[in-house]
Amino acid sequence: MMENSRRNFLKVAGAAALAVGAKPVVDAVAASAGTGHAAPEPVAIKDKEALTAKNWGMVINVGKLDHKTVEAVVAACHVTYNVPDIAFKRHEIKWIWETEFKHAFPSNPNKYLSEKLEHAPILVLCNHCENPPCVRACPTKATFKRETDGVVMMDYHRCIGCRFCMAACPFGARSFNFVDPRPHIKTLNKQYPTRMKGVVEKCTFCVERLAEGKLPACVEASEGAIAFGDLDDPESNVRKLLKEHFTIRRKEALGTEPSVYYIV
Amino acid sequence: MLELALKGEKKYWGLMAVLATIFGVGVITYFYQLQIGLGITGMSRDVSWGFYIAQFTFLVGVAAGGVMVVLPYYLHDYKAFGRITILGEFLAIAAITMCLLFILVDLGQPMRMLNVLFYPTPNSVLFWDMIVLNGYLFLNIVVGWNVLEAERNNTHYPPWVKPLIYVSIPWAISIHTVTAYLYCGLPGRGFWMTAILAPRFLSSAFAAGPALLILLCLIIRRFTNFDPGREQIQSLAKIVTYAILLNLFFFLCEVFVAFYSNIPEHMDHILYLFFGLHGHGVLVPWMWLSIGLMVSGAVLLIIPACRKNEGVLIATCVMIFAGTWIDKGLGMISGGFVPNPLHEVNEYLPTVPEVLITLGVWAAGFIVLTILFKIAVSVKEEAAGVA
Repeated sequence: MMENSRRNFLKVAGAAALAVGAKPVVDAVAASAGTGHAAPEPVAIKDKEALTAKNWGMVINVGKLDHKTVEAVVAACHVTYNVPDIAFKRHEIKWIWETEFKHAFPSNPNKYLSEKLEHAPILVLCNHCENPPCVRACPTKATFKRETDGVVMMDYHRCIGCRFCMAACPFGARSFNFVDPRPHIKTLNKQYPTRMKGVVEKCTFCVERLAEGKLPACVEASEGAIAFGDLDDPESNVRKLLKEHFTIRRKEALGTEPSVYYIV
Repeated sequence: MLELALKGEKKYWGLMAVLATIFGVGVITYFYQLQIGLGITGMSRDVSWGFYIAQFTFLVGVAAGGVMVVLPYYLHDYKAFGRITILGEFLAIAAITMCLLFILVDLGQPMRMLNVLFYPTPNSVLFWDMIVLNGYLFLNIVVGWNVLEAERNNTHYPPWVKPLIYVSIPWAISIHTVTAYLYCGLPGRGFWMTAILAPRFLSSAFAAGPALLILLCLIIRRFTNFDPGREQIQSLAKIVTYAILLNLFFFLCEVFVAFYSNIPEHMDHILYLFFGLHGHGVLVPWMWLSIGLMVSGAVLLIIPACRKNEGVLIATCVMIFAGTWIDKGLGMISGGFVPNPLHEVNEYLPTVPEVLITLGVWAAGFIVLTILFKIAVSVKEEAAGVA
């Protein structure tokens, strides 16, 4: 009798636990089937000045960048976004940084690269791919592609820190907060949140600056070497540059369709 | 039946005390990691998965390996394995427990773990891995418990258990397949991007799992009144033989494809692991040790006289287990991250706290294993009337 009631209790408790755990999964299926009664969608109020595009893209003119400008570009980004300056290499965080051609384009090896290009500073950042492998890999949709303009974004509050996105990114564009980043921030920009330990972060294509009608911080600091515009608009500045110049993208053969182009 | 785990000799409690101590050290170190962050490990921006995920991958294999006693008994009616299917199922439970704990300790924000359920994302392989691992755990608990209870009560297990047993067989294959898919579908990671990764994982699993099971059977025979049986152990040894040979064959296939095609993206990781790259080669001695252990283990298993000698078999199983552990638990994961996507070489080695947490998780798994095996063996002893 005792045995029986205990067993029944465990059965009920088990079923209840299962039901609680499975509810969001069921809800998700129900919502996609159109039977869910979801709360009204929140509506964002758009700034009249906001810059908008169907598919944001970037063209970096390598020839126009010297070390000094590149340093200014990196600093502009990292100050704007409270990117910590961590000396210990394993814990390093970077959103945009300088590297060499052979590291930026390892799948285009060339023993006899022009001397100028061999030593040119190449800026690398998140490519905001059309088919982002990181978004495919994320188990919580903490990283996602904004349908309206193609920007690959991060929700730092949802990220569980599994780092699957870092394994999936073929460009090494993502950083993980191995330690609390806040003590390593030199000048705090109160316009943008700092992050906590245990989450992944990366370049955002400056979506909140675009929403205020400002160009990305790197573009502003680049003295005209970086162009930013709508890849879907044939009349845009970036499309004009792409029409006029030969450009390459990083690891094109992988089919991720990066939105960052390089004039080399 | 749980009460059987509460009655034991001094040796049993001594083992539990040792394991509990190691587990305790791991827990304390884990609190330190919660405080500081994953920065206490050797992982980095470039090698963003390390020891924890590697142990997870290896142990998914050990869990899947349990099916190698279940399948011959239930699908081929190989009666001899009827004595030990429960050991395979209980080993799987312990191994999956460790897998789930390794995922937990690897998370940067473990308190947000349930986000995987709150925001289910079917395009992520991790979502499916969660389903297959928890499903396999559930299947083995239900099947193992009911079959053992029936044996204890000298009855047949309820009929609804049978379909679950049949489901558990392909399910075992699925856990290691999905785990391989975590890696092999990632663009730009040449080392893992091979269609043979899942078969390779499975072959190493079916070597490591049964090799561990042989060792556990011999320990049970030595310290309890239940003898898993000589025929059973010899059959397991044959399974290990085929599996380790397949594993070595698959590895040679990888080497051929990478080096005959001469594609740097695929060669570089293997070169890094076995010869070093740009002067970095911290894993080189380990990788050669792994190959040495697996090859000599395979040779010893092929020779009937060696395989049938239980002293040699013990040494061979230790070699196979250690060889496959180095291959998967050390080389497979960090090897895929070095060189990094920008073709820079930044190496990885686990730190002391990382190793302590790892040992703590292994201890937790072996506590579960000891309790479950104690129950199973007590039931077997009761049935034989020797308790």
